[in-house]
Amino acid sequence: MAEVTKLIHNYLRHDKKFPHVWCPGCGIGIMLGALIRAIDHTGYNKDEIVLVSGIGCTGRLSVYVDFNTLHTTHGRALTFATGVKLARPGLKVIVVMGDGDAVAIGGNHFIHAARRNIDLTAIIVNNSVYGMTGGQYSPTTPYGMRSTTTAYSNVEHSFSISELAVTAGAVFVGRGTVYHAKLLESLMEKAFHKVGFSVVEVISHCHTQFGRLNRMGSAVEMMQWQRDHAVAVEKAAQMKDEELKDKFKIGVLVDRDLPAYQDEYEKVRRWSKGLEKE
Amino acid sequence: MKRERQGSPLKKRVRKELLLQGNEAVVEGALRAGCRFFAGYPITPATEISEQLSVRLPQVDGTFIQMEDEIASLGAVIGASLAGVKSMTATSGPGFSRMHENLGFAIIAEVPSVIVNAMRGGPSTGLPTSPSQGDVMQARWGTHGDHPIIVLCPSTVRECFDLTIKSFNYSEKYRIPVILLIDEVVAHMREKIAIPDDEDIEILNRVKPTVPPEWYIPFEDTPRGVPPMANFGEGYRYHVTGLTHDVRGFPTSRPDEIDPFIRRLFRKLSQNFADLQIGEFFKTDDADVAVVAYGCVARSAKRAVVDCRERGIKAGMLKLNTLWPFMRGQVEKVLGQAKVVIVPEMNMGQISREVKRVNKGDAKVFTINRIDGSIITPQEIIGRIKEVS
Repeated sequence: MAEVTKLIHNYLRHDKKFPHVWCPGCGIGIMLGALIRAIDHTGYNKDEIVLVSGIGCTGRLSVYVDFNTLHTTHGRALTFATGVKLARPGLKVIVVMGDGDAVAIGGNHFIHAARRNIDLTAIIVNNSVYGMTGGQYSPTTPYGMRSTTTAYSNVEHSFSISELAVTAGAVFVGRGTVYHAKLLESLMEKAFHKVGFSVVEVISHCHTQFGRLNRMGSAVEMMQWQRDHAVAVEKAAQMKDEELKDKFKIGVLVDRDLPAYQDEYEKVRRWSKGLEKE
Repeated sequence: MKRERQGSPLKKRVRKELLLQGNEAVVEGALRAGCRFFAGYPITPATEISEQLSVRLPQVDGTFIQMEDEIASLGAVIGASLAGVKSMTATSGPGFSRMHENLGFAIIAEVPSVIVNAMRGGPSTGLPTSPSQGDVMQARWGTHGDHPIIVLCPSTVRECFDLTIKSFNYSEKYRIPVILLIDEVVAHMREKIAIPDDEDIEILNRVKPTVPPEWYIPFEDTPRGVPPMANFGEGYRYHVTGLTHDVRGFPTSRPDEIDPFIRRLFRKLSQNFADLQIGEFFKTDDADVAVVAYGCVARSAKRAVVDCRERGIKAGMLKLNTLWPFMRGQVEKVLGQAKVVIVPEMNMGQISREVKRVNKGDAKVFTINRIDGSIITPQEIIGRIKEVS
C-alpha cells in the first residue's frame, strides 16, 4: 500500500466523514496532510491524542481525524484544551484554529494560554479571511484589501499571529505556508516534541473568498504568491529591512525552554501538602 | 470543632461540626462529591469559593486555575470533565451571562459540569454586594436554543453543602450541566452545620461504556435516555461537538436524526422528574394560605408561617430547592389546598409567573416583589398574608 494510503487509513475517519467540506484547492487539506505525517513521525498512540478545534473552515478538521476529537465553541478551543490537558496531563493536546477563531474572538484565550505556558500545540491556519461565513475581513486581513465587509477597502491594520505568540510567551513559534508543505511538517513535528505552549502558524489561501474579491487568481496562483513572499528565517537574517518589506519569515521564529504550567502546578501541590516550602 | 461520640464499636465515628459560610459549604460539598478541577474568574459574591478551592484542591491532587474570563472558565471545566475529572466553576450574574455560550455546549454535548451562580442585583454590573433572585429565568433560558436544564437553590448553609453534592450527582447521572443558584445572603451567611460521614453521603459517577471501543456509539439512546460516557484517553476515540449531531457524535442536518436527539435531551429529565424534585412542605396540610418561596426568602417565609400560626392564621409554606425543572406537582398540591398562595421573590416575579401558569383557578396567587437589594423580611410576608387572607 502506498504510504499516503496507509496514513489515510490509519489517521482519517475515511469511511465515516468524507467527502469533506473544504473547497477544491483549499490549503487546509495540505495542512491536514502535514499534520498527520508529523503525528505519524512522533509515534504517538491515537488514543493519547486529543485534537481540539474551534469554529470555521479550519475548525471542521476535527471531525475527519481519528483521535479523541473536540469541536468547541467559536474562539474557545484553547480554553477547552486547557481543561483537558490539566485534568489528564498524559494526553497530547493539539489545537487547530483559523485566524479569526484564534486571534479575533479567541485572542484573549490565545495570549493567556501562551502566557501560562500550557503544554499544547496550537496550529493556526491563517488565510486572512472568514471563509465559512462568506469572506468577511479578519484581524489578519491586510490593510487595503477587500472583503465582503470591507467592500471599499480595509482601513484596519492586521497583526502578525506569530509575533503575538512570541510576545505572549510561547516557547516555540514556527511559521510555514501550505506551499512549503515539507517545512510545515517539520515545524509541526518540532512543536509536538516541545514541552510547553507551541504555535505553528500556517499561511494559507482562500481563493474562493479572499482571492476572488482581491483578484488574486486561482489557488495555484495564490500559492505562487506564498512562494514569492516567504523568506526563510536564516536568509532573512542576511537581508536588509527594505528588502523584507513585503515579505514574511518562515521557519522557526522562537525556540526556548520554560517550565510548562502542569510542572509548575506540581510545585503548588507539593507546597499545599507541606512537602516543600515555597 | 470536633466532637467525638461512640458509634460503631469497630470504628470511632467523628462528628464534624463546622461554622461555615454558604460559599464555604459549597467548597466542602464539592470536595466530598469528588470535584477535582475548578476554573474560575474573581467576582463578588462568589470569590470565596475560588479562594478556598485554590488552597484545598492541590492538597487532594486536584487542579485550580484562574482563567482569563468566565467563558474560558466554563470551557476549561468542560474540557476537564471530558477528560474524566469532576469539575466546577463559580460566578455571579455578569460572569454567568458570559458562561451561557459554553453552557449550551455542555448541554448539547452532554458534559457533566457544575456552575455555581451567587446571585447579585442586576441587570449588568448591578449591585455587586447585594442579594437578588433575578437570575432564575436566565438560569432556565439564558443560553440560546431549546434545552433542558437542572437548577437547584439552597436556603441554608447545610443545603449549600447537600445541594452541591446533589448537583454533581445529577450532572454525572444525567450528563447535563447543573446550576446551583445561591443568593448573596445564603452565600455569605454563616451557620453551624454537621458534616455527614463520608459513608453517609451518596456519590454518583458517570456510567462508562462496557462495550469494546469499536461497538461504542457515544450518543446512542438508552432506556434511561443517558448514553454511557467514555473519557478522553481511555481508548474510546469519538467526536464531541457543539453542532447538532447524530448518535455517533458527527454533525448532522437530517431532520430524522435531529428530532430524536433533541427530544432525548428533554426526555433525560422528563422521565426522571420525580428524582429531580427537592423541596419541603411546611405546615401546608391544613393551610388556608400558603407561601411558595426559595433561597433566603424561604427563611423569612418559614418564620412568617410560625408567627401566623401563633396568631391563629392557618399558614403554610412550600420551599422549592429545585427551581428547574419546575416542581409542578408539589405546587399544584399547595394550590389545591390553600385558597390563597403568596409568592415572595427578590425579583419582579419569575417563579410567581410559573405558579400562576400551573394554577387552574384553584387559588388566588399574590406576589411580593423586592428589587432594591434588600431582603424580604418575615414582617413583610406576615403583612401580606393578613392583607389577602
